[in-house]
Amino acid sequence: MSSPILRLVAQRILLGLVLLLAVSVLIFAGTQILPGDVAQAILGQSATPEALANLREQLGLNDPAWLRYVHWLWGILHGDFGTAQSSGLDIATSISTRLKNTLFLAACAAIVAVPLAIILGLIAVRYRNGFVDKLISGLALASTSFPEFFIGYVLIFVFAVHWQIFPSISTVDDSTPFLERLQAVVLPATALTLVVLAHMMRMTRAAILNVMQSAYIETAELKGLRPFDIIRKHAFPNAIAPVVNVVMLNLAYLIVGVVVVEVIFVYPGMGQYLVDHVAKRDVPVVQAVGLIFAAVYITLNIVADIAAIVANPRLRHPK
Amino acid sequence: MADSKANSGRLLDIRNLRIEATVYPPGEAPKTITLVHDVSLTLEKGKVLGLIGESGAGKSTIGLSSMAYGRGGVRITGGEVILNGRDILKAGPKGVRALRGREVCYVAQSAAAAFNPAHKLIDQVVEAAMLHGTATRAEAEKRAVALFKKLSLPNPETIGERYPHQVSGGQLQRVMTAMALCSEPDLIVFDEPTTALDVTTQIDVLAAIKDAIRDTHVAALYITHDLAVVAQVSDEIMVLRHGRLVEWGGTRQIIKEPRQEYTNALVSVHEIEHQEQQPGATPFLSVKNVTAAYGGGHVKVLKNVSVDIYPGQTLAVVGESGSGKSTLARAITGLLPPEEGTVTFDGRPLANRLADRPKEDLRQLQMIYQMADVAMNPRQTVGTIIGRPLEFYFGMKGRERDKRVAELLDEIEMGKGFVDRYPAELSGGQKQRVCIARSLAAKPKLIICDEVTSALDPLVAHGILKLLLNLQSQEKVAYLFITHDLATVKSIADSIAVMYRGEVVRYGSKSKVLTPPFDAYTDLLLSSVPEMEIGWLEKAIKGRRMESAGN
Repeated sequence: MSSPILRLVAQRILLGLVLLLAVSVLIFAGTQILPGDVAQAILGQSATPEALANLREQLGLNDPAWLRYVHWLWGILHGDFGTAQSSGLDIATSISTRLKNTLFLAACAAIVAVPLAIILGLIAVRYRNGFVDKLISGLALASTSFPEFFIGYVLIFVFAVHWQIFPSISTVDDSTPFLERLQAVVLPATALTLVVLAHMMRMTRAAILNVMQSAYIETAELKGLRPFDIIRKHAFPNAIAPVVNVVMLNLAYLIVGVVVVEVIFVYPGMGQYLVDHVAKRDVPVVQAVGLIFAAVYITLNIVADIAAIVANPRLRHPK
Repeated sequence: MADSKANSGRLLDIRNLRIEATVYPPGEAPKTITLVHDVSLTLEKGKVLGLIGESGAGKSTIGLSSMAYGRGGVRITGGEVILNGRDILKAGPKGVRALRGREVCYVAQSAAAAFNPAHKLIDQVVEAAMLHGTATRAEAEKRAVALFKKLSLPNPETIGERYPHQVSGGQLQRVMTAMALCSEPDLIVFDEPTTALDVTTQIDVLAAIKDAIRDTHVAALYITHDLAVVAQVSDEIMVLRHGRLVEWGGTRQIIKEPRQEYTNALVSVHEIEHQEQQPGATPFLSVKNVTAAYGGGHVKVLKNVSVDIYPGQTLAVVGESGSGKSTLARAITGLLPPEEGTVTFDGRPLANRLADRPKEDLRQLQMIYQMADVAMNPRQTVGTIIGRPLEFYFGMKGRERDKRVAELLDEIEMGKGFVDRYPAELSGGQKQRVCIARSLAAKPKLIICDEVTSALDPLVAHGILKLLLNLQSQEKVAYLFITHDLATVKSIADSIAVMYRGEVVRYGSKSKVLTPPFDAYTDLLLSSVPEMEIGWLEKAIKGRRMESAGN
């Protein structure tokens, strides 16, 4: 690989790190603005001032904000997210299993959704403005328009209650074997696929249609290529950047936006964990999860940027 | 039987071709217009037919009909296109795909746009041959390399490994010709293959195409608006106008003894008599030792350039693309502040940066661009476009402004009816006229004309040049006229600066610059301008002293 690409990629990664740092400041500052502090939250409204002062001392809450931020960040960099106030459990440990579960579900949904969306997009372009195109767009839009909980319950009704093929509750733990785990996520993954499909499909279609206006598509047509080969061979490679972008956005959604689906299927993932602790006003957990979600978003967007850079032959093969 | 025998040498027979399209004028109901009216033509095997005419004449449309292709929703609604003995309009999608890229291949005007940026050249060159099974990958690649050699491309063995953006425009055009030849078709449609190139590059590509046609015995439809070019490669020429046949005959007859008035107008279009004016006592604008660079001083594009412009006169700046012509304009206007040197105006130095110049200086220097349609806001009417500088520089409003707009429209020989039109409703020449009016509205001392006639048909360009000359004698405005077209220079210039790789290599009054002895570069430029004469190409190639920079 040549130096301009390396430089651009390094630039993106560095930018991502800076962004992540900025987000961490925002998250920390945000939780500081909330009324009351951790000591108050732990001891409750009826605590004596002495007890509060002692606990504040113990937790280092009397230090200036920037020092507390540095301590917090330092801890995170060493894998220490602190302890959850509500349960007293180590946050890092709780998160690691749940993050694994969330990633597993997201991966299952993505493995189906991404290729399916792209292939449907290609087919829609091939039969653009015709019946097939309208059918694909219509179904995809319809599946997106239904709220996730609706799709979730319909799936449960059909596949878990009526036909009893898949379980309606997707509870898994560390000891669950892989195949069982897979069976457990079939319904939530299907629900997620239906939710993200349309966005990726429509963007693929739009990006390729944009490329289809180019003169080189006419060249391909005048070589006698079949319409689908033109789309696959000549249009798609030039539409990769926008497609990767929207795919990454949806992957990020699959990881950080699955709260509703996780709750419906009682799947022990990050979303459920976050919702539980928001309800309990457990600030350290919310901070930790917020930071992880931000990291996921930023990482995936960097991947999209890098993919767009690498997909550009002008950057890959400089003059 | 007798009939088929008589036709045995006939490759293409187009009979009563009618082509239509549906247009959607703003605010009106869609209507069907006829682009080609019952045109017939025949082409023997191995012969070259030139299709010539202005834009909108239907040249490309007719050319593409030989591949049963209608560009952008154009429909072939009548007639027959008989290729190798069968009507391809009745062939069906599969039958049409089987002939495209095998029996007929296409060479587009802009090879830069016609190659897929995502694939290596060689993959695209051999694609059609492999698709149609006329060669295996190895055979096709061997053929491609041989063609690259024949078309005198540098490094024929390895150039295929490059991507389109890594190859110059002239080379790309030759690679595209190789691509068309690679599947050994019976017919190639050349659609303005040299129009987008510099004259010095055009001559190389033209010679390469001509050799390739001769050696491979392929027949060709050669589409162009430049009669001098088509005269070099064609056996016969067909003149088209508004989708109708004007005249069809042998090349010699068309250029030497045109029978139709329109053909005659095309043949004689280049000549405008322009009496050279002697430079006055003092120039009003002087460029002194200007050096300018892009990329923070890394790429020097102007090196120590000095020129003078006298009131009411025209300085033409000629050179190939990349010679720094437009950069000189950018330096003068302050868009690209010079690294060194000064630009003086009326005896005082102009601020280097555009942002540092007072409004009055901005008013004095106006610009007209090559692409008139992108130089205007498509959502503003002609009246608004021309009125804008009146408001901006003179604070004119209301009736006063409208009156002046009407005067300006009159000056550019367009009537009041155009005030409320949008740019999209104008022809190419009309758009350029509006741009001229807009620059005149500021009452400038100097108008910089950057390739203003390059995108126009010869007859339209001729009209624009005449208009510019008339306006100059009325308004006493000076022009800095940037062009690569020497015929234009002869028509309009008082003095000439020849630029080559950022330097002025020859500078002086028109008569001095265009009188021998020439330096090598000026000689190359002058000898590369196609002349309407059979055999000019061979003579010009033989007589050259240096290679063009495009190689």
